[in-house]
Amino acid sequence: MSTTLQEQIASPERGVKKNYLNADHTIASWLLTTDHKRIAVLYLVSISIMFFIGSIAAAFVRFELTSPYGQWLTSEQYNKMFTAHGVVMIFFFLIPSVPAVLGNFVLPMAIGARDLAFPRLNLLSWYFFVIAAVLMLATLAMGGIDTGWTFYTPLSSLYSDTQVTMALVAAFIAGFSSIFTGLNFVATVHKMRAPGMTWFRMPLFVWGSYATSLVILLGTPVVAITLLLVLFERVFKIGIFSPELGGDPVLFQHMFWFYSHPAVYIMILPAMGVVSELFACFSRRRVFGYEFVAFSSLGIASLGFLVWGHHMFLSSQSVFQGVVFSLLSFMVAIPSAVKAFNWTVTLYKGSVHLTTPMIYALAFLGLFLIGGLTGLYLASMDTDVHLTGTYFIVAHFHYVMVGGGILGFLGGLHFWWPKMFGRMYSEFWGRLSALIVFVGFNFTFFPQFMLGYLGMPRRYHLYAFAPEWQFYNVLSTAGATVLGVGFLLPAFYLTASLVKGKKAGPNPWGAKGLEWENADSPPITENFERIPIVTGQVYDYDAEEDSRLIRAELDDHERRDKAHLPGEH
Amino acid sequence: MNLFRGLPIYPEPASENALRYDLLFWTITLLSFFFFVLVGGLALYFVAKYRSGSNVVRSNPMDHHTGLEILWSGIPILLALAVFAWSTNNFVNHQRRMPKDALEVFVIGKRWMWHLQHMNGIRENNELHVPVGTPVKMTMISQDVIHAMYLPDFRAQFHVVPGRYTELHFTPTKVGRFKMLCAMHCGTKHSEMVGFVHVMEKAEFARWLENGGNRNIPVALDMKERGAQVWAEKNCGNCHGDSDNVRGPSLAGLMGSKRQMTDGTTVLADRTYVRDSITAPWRQITQGYRAEMPEYSNLTEPDILALTAFIESLTKPSGEAPADALSPRDKTRPLTSADDNVTDIANKYGKPVVGQQQLGGSRK
Repeated sequence: MSTTLQEQIASPERGVKKNYLNADHTIASWLLTTDHKRIAVLYLVSISIMFFIGSIAAAFVRFELTSPYGQWLTSEQYNKMFTAHGVVMIFFFLIPSVPAVLGNFVLPMAIGARDLAFPRLNLLSWYFFVIAAVLMLATLAMGGIDTGWTFYTPLSSLYSDTQVTMALVAAFIAGFSSIFTGLNFVATVHKMRAPGMTWFRMPLFVWGSYATSLVILLGTPVVAITLLLVLFERVFKIGIFSPELGGDPVLFQHMFWFYSHPAVYIMILPAMGVVSELFACFSRRRVFGYEFVAFSSLGIASLGFLVWGHHMFLSSQSVFQGVVFSLLSFMVAIPSAVKAFNWTVTLYKGSVHLTTPMIYALAFLGLFLIGGLTGLYLASMDTDVHLTGTYFIVAHFHYVMVGGGILGFLGGLHFWWPKMFGRMYSEFWGRLSALIVFVGFNFTFFPQFMLGYLGMPRRYHLYAFAPEWQFYNVLSTAGATVLGVGFLLPAFYLTASLVKGKKAGPNPWGAKGLEWENADSPPITENFERIPIVTGQVYDYDAEEDSRLIRAELDDHERRDKAHLPGEH
Repeated sequence: MNLFRGLPIYPEPASENALRYDLLFWTITLLSFFFFVLVGGLALYFVAKYRSGSNVVRSNPMDHHTGLEILWSGIPILLALAVFAWSTNNFVNHQRRMPKDALEVFVIGKRWMWHLQHMNGIRENNELHVPVGTPVKMTMISQDVIHAMYLPDFRAQFHVVPGRYTELHFTPTKVGRFKMLCAMHCGTKHSEMVGFVHVMEKAEFARWLENGGNRNIPVALDMKERGAQVWAEKNCGNCHGDSDNVRGPSLAGLMGSKRQMTDGTTVLADRTYVRDSITAPWRQITQGYRAEMPEYSNLTEPDILALTAFIESLTKPSGEAPADALSPRDKTRPLTSADDNVTDIANKYGKPVVGQQQLGGSRK
């Protein structure tokens, strides 16, 4: 790959190098920016706030469940808490997390573009996100909603007397925010790749983001329409989903899951892309079976649209429908398995650096394995009968969405943090918090598999009729406390790194890729001085050479230490 | 160790289906465990062996290997297909195939309780008494939002939907008290929509039935009798007579038959069809008739269930009664040929009957 780095370094203007962060300091320059990097930072701040709010709600839920008798909240408050947790985390954290923060920042640079295809649309996307988020927080402040994030009819349309209408509007607007991002990514990947950046030279993170964008574009409009129909039924009493008004309650589930199952892939596919980058960089190897991993993303994206009915095996859809959905659900597991195998084999003959991002990637692999394998119980119709609607489901999707989605996000954030802000964070705290997250996560959610198998339904406030479930609930809450600490730590050491962190330099990880090799950290507003021309393969690592250098360095140290020892005595 | 005493690790297997279910569950668990250890173990092994700077051979690394890709896609596909076949067979042929000779129980879910009704008229709330070793079939409907009847110890669950009947069955194998939960979020007191199934010895259950459910209150009417009452109150017989007439088709022998609709479709007349024809008759019109029937959507769910049970018992006056039209418990007291006549039954039960009905005991 050609480099223009020398030119960038060679042209320091007035002592301080210009980059996208110090290009302008006014508030307006941030709020009216069309720079994809600045929008990524705006998104990072916004979703971090939402993550914090969603976590508080989760803390209330977990705290309340330590007692079978529900001692602190009323059932109504409890229902509002878990709904707030679900709605905020899914619509306002998980869905935008990797695409809108890491994707926004990295994707244009990774393919050698100066910005996304539609920079102003990108900014509009963030404004839609903020409007939706503020509206949702207002909804919560005005009393909240108690329907669960799934908004099942007719509970949401005719029975709940909470602020459902406003919440639906907020979710509707949030949908447009992600549609804009998806649209931007698709256009950018198709039209703005640098010379020489062929499809099969694209990093797997770009492939993952591209597949995700297709899912967003095709799926989100459907859920937007669905939520609007619920709104119409609720406000104007037009019978669509309510049998009392002549509607069909199961129709809602079809329409809702047509988006919301693919939405799981919106959360996990880009995280898988991130993890591919991490495995390649920190094993110093090309990702094993690059083409298979790339196509598995598209496979998951397209098959993911055909499996929504597995949420509805017991909904009174026909048995035949169930059989078809079950078969397709088993099939969608295959591309995920392919990814897991390929990542593992990437380590083989690699030169593995156990840095913070790599620990997140390995943790991702472990948790995603459990999340994926427990999906088999739910794709299989018979085992689903006893487990659907229980804590088994809760544990399963947290393993996928937190163990997969959030760990992928954190891994990526730690990986690209030096690129984003030009500073290194404390490796010690980074590794420690990654381990705390991993341990805390398992203590939180593994007991919930047990609870589900024992028959504890999800969204239960009281379980006085089954006090034998308390042990697992207390264990889960204890784990959640540890997990909370693990999530809170990065807020401190990452923030501290902005001030005290040592300068990262353009490529602190020795990573391959245009954003590392051809741009400064933090990059200039235009990303590159000159558009790079790509001449080599992607992931052009050499593990043998890397390890040889490190060994030589170690030997060097050893020799020097030995030479010094006699003198010190 | 005291902490762990009595700590449950699996739900009690208390139905015929439970062992069949658990076998599949633990098989998948074993498979999952194997793959988790394989991939996770391999990853850790590689990480340890190929730590940067470790003195191992790294020459000639492979970037791809199509054979390997086919192998590790192929084996999971085959295993997935095997699990799929096994599970689908269980689901289709056991979970969802309703037994023919089951004890029928009618369930109405409403926020936030379970209302259950036996064929002979005994009603229960959040409690269900059934005999051990007998297949039980639930016909369920919701009065408001979607609920889910969940019987963890029987490994049985199905949604309870407003506007349509759904079914579920189980055969209890253990005497005792088992949880009966709502597993679909239904609003504020969702977690209090909880009850118990009391599985009793057969003889004990018979005694329980005789006592009218140990309540010492005589059961007024069984379901068909109540249905006949509704039939008379609403004057259904005005239009639906012993045979088809110009106003409406006869309902004798309706249940389970195929009906030709005006829009050319053929519909199987099941309970949901009958219910729809009562609450929204304009939706599906039998061929040869016009949309004249008013909708009776103000009937309560229990009354609709009773009316449906009554309509189910109507057989063609001259022809033979279809064997399935009556539930087995009621066969012990077969309707006389006079009973088969729609008008007669309505006349017989149409008057208010209070307190002088035979209890369950007289028909065992």
